[in-house]
Amino acid sequence: MQNHLLITDNDPQSELSTLNLGPTHPATHGVFQNVLQLDGERIVSGVSTIGYIHRAFEKIAEHRPFYQITPLTDRLNYCSSPINNMGWHMTVEKMLGIEMPKRVDYMRIIIMELARITDHIVCNGVLGVDTGAFTGFLYMMQWREHVYEIYEEICGSRLTTNIGRIGGFERNFNQIAFDKIKSFLKNFPPVLREFESLFNRNRIFVDRTKNVAAVTAEAALSYSWSGPLLRAAGVDYDVRAQEPYSSYQDFDFEVPVGENGDVYSRFLVRNEEMWQSLRLIEQAMNKLEKEDSSIFHADVPEFYLPPKEEVYNNMEALIYHFKIVMGEIDTPKTEVYHAVEGANGELGFYLVNDGGRSPYRLHFRRPSFINYQMYAPMSRGMVLSDAIINMSSLNVIAGELDA
Amino acid sequence: MSKLSAEDLLQKLTSKFEGALNNITQPYGLLTLETSREQLLEVLGYLKAELQFIHLTDITAIHYPELEKPFAVVYHVHSLVNGIRVRLKVFLAAADVHIPTASNLWEGANWMERETYDFFGIIFDGHPDLRRILNVDDMTVFPMRKEFPLEDPNRIDKKDYFFGR
Repeated sequence: MQNHLLITDNDPQSELSTLNLGPTHPATHGVFQNVLQLDGERIVSGVSTIGYIHRAFEKIAEHRPFYQITPLTDRLNYCSSPINNMGWHMTVEKMLGIEMPKRVDYMRIIIMELARITDHIVCNGVLGVDTGAFTGFLYMMQWREHVYEIYEEICGSRLTTNIGRIGGFERNFNQIAFDKIKSFLKNFPPVLREFESLFNRNRIFVDRTKNVAAVTAEAALSYSWSGPLLRAAGVDYDVRAQEPYSSYQDFDFEVPVGENGDVYSRFLVRNEEMWQSLRLIEQAMNKLEKEDSSIFHADVPEFYLPPKEEVYNNMEALIYHFKIVMGEIDTPKTEVYHAVEGANGELGFYLVNDGGRSPYRLHFRRPSFINYQMYAPMSRGMVLSDAIINMSSLNVIAGELDA
Repeated sequence: MSKLSAEDLLQKLTSKFEGALNNITQPYGLLTLETSREQLLEVLGYLKAELQFIHLTDITAIHYPELEKPFAVVYHVHSLVNGIRVRLKVFLAAADVHIPTASNLWEGANWMERETYDFFGIIFDGHPDLRRILNVDDMTVFPMRKEFPLEDPNRIDKKDYFFGR
């Protein structure tokens, strides 16, 4: 793989031009830079530079109690932060051997699938914008707002949610939250259908995306791709199906797989995943009705941060609150790897614990970081406008590039 | 889909690499093995070619300053066909942090190894482009090593009132 720029002689006939795509350019979807060498409009070579917002997550995590790491995970993929939050909580729960009540699992699935929908809304909407179609984006963004309102009802914040706790949720979902989820389930499908009909057979969109940046299954695997990108290339791998966590094994859903690995396939796979997510949420809502509506966390007072009302009114809760916040919980000396299916692919947490207040080492396997490394090599030979569309279809989130 | 159990996998690996795999554990069901850097590529190559561990999930490192060999380079590899993961570790001495690159087996190892180099200073021999990736090029330290602690949060010489705020 050649990552260096070519050096040419000074023959004006064969001179290449150098273009800085980014660090801050509307088409780069975040702060990262690509120095491209162009022969006319065709890309000859490129070098990717990342790390502009390097925030030292992994180093900070080594100095924080387990609870205070949740806000760091929010800021990885900020388009779908609940998935990151819960992936982290599940990692700690796996380490501590906490068994979750089914109702909490279902509540988590609702939130994670809503987050996946919002992430795909942004990605596919922006893909439309990059091909010159603004309408779809406007239609869909409104629905991301509706999901954010659901988060707001559950945890009080919208983007960096910090939703949930180790051992469950901070509080039970209230009736307004359930009503909003129900209204989303009822009103979003027609919008999604309209969005699909805007694009799927749109001459311009199909011409701009079909057979653009096509990746074979072998190449995608060799580059360790995961998530919708790998599935669009024809590999049927989804963490939810292969290693079910959070009761995904109880649900009936399909893993959409593409054929060509091109931008169009990625678009279709993401759209189909939104349908599957809606299916999952609907099933989870039905299953919730059969569970005891008062349960929203596991019965592990030594690990579960008690709700504020209890802390103020109950001595035991106050003691546990203090011990947990100060990191005085008993944890085993061990190492654990837990993966969840993030919106961009396999989001893995590798936690090495020495029994102290904070992890001895915490490594995030960030799908964007791994997916993005193919961008410069695969852009070679493309025209610039295709490379832009390719970038939006990779759905690289700057926060997830850094560590 | 054929499934391979951790026991079968371990048996296959130990019969193939007799004596080259140590410290075999299975925390939370994930088979963890330790090998030497001389054997590393052979083990990874065998895993990839024979046992269909086609997906390199992750490469990272851990620093244990108190150990004789303080740097552990950790590989997570996944067999999508057999639905099983394995974790490989190689320990390196502080004076000799060289290890062969896995980027000839998986292209994806390229950036993961650059990141590990950037954070821990592990040198991957044969890597096509071993440069820093997240930090600036002229940085002289490897920040994830334990000798570089975070700044003391209680230091007072950075308080706002010293700066007229």
